[in-house]
Amino acid sequence: MEVLLNGDPHSIDQSCTIQNLIRDLNLDGKFAIEINQNIIPRSKYLDIKLHAGDKIEIVQAIGGG
Amino acid sequence: MSIPNTDDLSIAGINYSSRLLVGTGKYKDLQETKKAIESSGAEIVTVAIRRTNIGQNKDEPNLLEIISPDKFTILPNTAGCYDVESAVRTCQLARELLDGHDLVKLEVLGDKKTLFPDMPQTLEAAQQLVDDNFKVMVYTTDDPIMAKRFEEIGCVAVMPLAAPIGSGLGIRNPYNIRTIVENASVPILVDAGVGTASDAAIAMELGCDGVLMNTAIAEAEKPILMASAMKKAIEAGREAYLAGRMPRRAYASASSPIDGHFF
Repeated sequence: MEVLLNGDPHSIDQSCTIQNLIRDLNLDGKFAIEINQNIIPRSKYLDIKLHAGDKIEIVQAIGGG
Repeated sequence: MSIPNTDDLSIAGINYSSRLLVGTGKYKDLQETKKAIESSGAEIVTVAIRRTNIGQNKDEPNLLEIISPDKFTILPNTAGCYDVESAVRTCQLARELLDGHDLVKLEVLGDKKTLFPDMPQTLEAAQQLVDDNFKVMVYTTDDPIMAKRFEEIGCVAVMPLAAPIGSGLGIRNPYNIRTIVENASVPILVDAGVGTASDAAIAMELGCDGVLMNTAIAEAEKPILMASAMKKAIEAGREAYLAGRMPRRAYASASSPIDGHFF
């Protein structure tokens, strides 16, 4: 099914959890995740399943003033 | 004689020996960023929050691997936010990604050309963030009334601009900055518009508690050297302030005795 990931369409499996997505994307370091403008606490990554059409934002810290 | 360490900068209950805060933007690369920050002696370092580059090169280290939250106090900013909602969301995401760390730099911009803050929206965002238990260091114009308002609603520090972000013009209105300092019960840090070492020294001589800068160091011809200059300027300005400067006079006052001439 299709979700929107950082503004771009992205295909994931039906029963994909956030933890699955993180592993598939090979994310490391410090990041935060929002789904449909709700911040997902780290403790929920294993529990929450993604749905078609979800708008996912994954952010990290970069250089800035 | 050096400044006793009872002259630490205190923000939201934490003491810092450096009164120079620096940004991490505009550097050539992460190595230069790291060396400049080390040269500056800064303990508080700002970062921006942006989308992760999905599927991008994994050999590129993350900023926080080079500038570790274990060694530095990371100060996420809301740069690029032009409305309350995006600024508040940015802070919430930053708090999540920094494991509950809740010190933030709030800026809500009003205009792309000058990057001046939108004061009504900044006030609204500050209120929401304070209500959500953030420790807010707020970027503001040098309006003494607004500066006091931010303090009254619970911001932990107020940061009036010297001049537009990245302009390097130095303090445009020292009288406003001084008034803000005189009225304040929270730390006042000049943020934005500093260009060279003397600008930073002047901020400290006006009684500011610290200075935040990014472009002044990153866009110097030799950033690491400028970072060192800024460190010294902040210390010199602070000592001059604590020493209590001599009064200005309209006319001369001779420094050598007037009697005992041999001619």
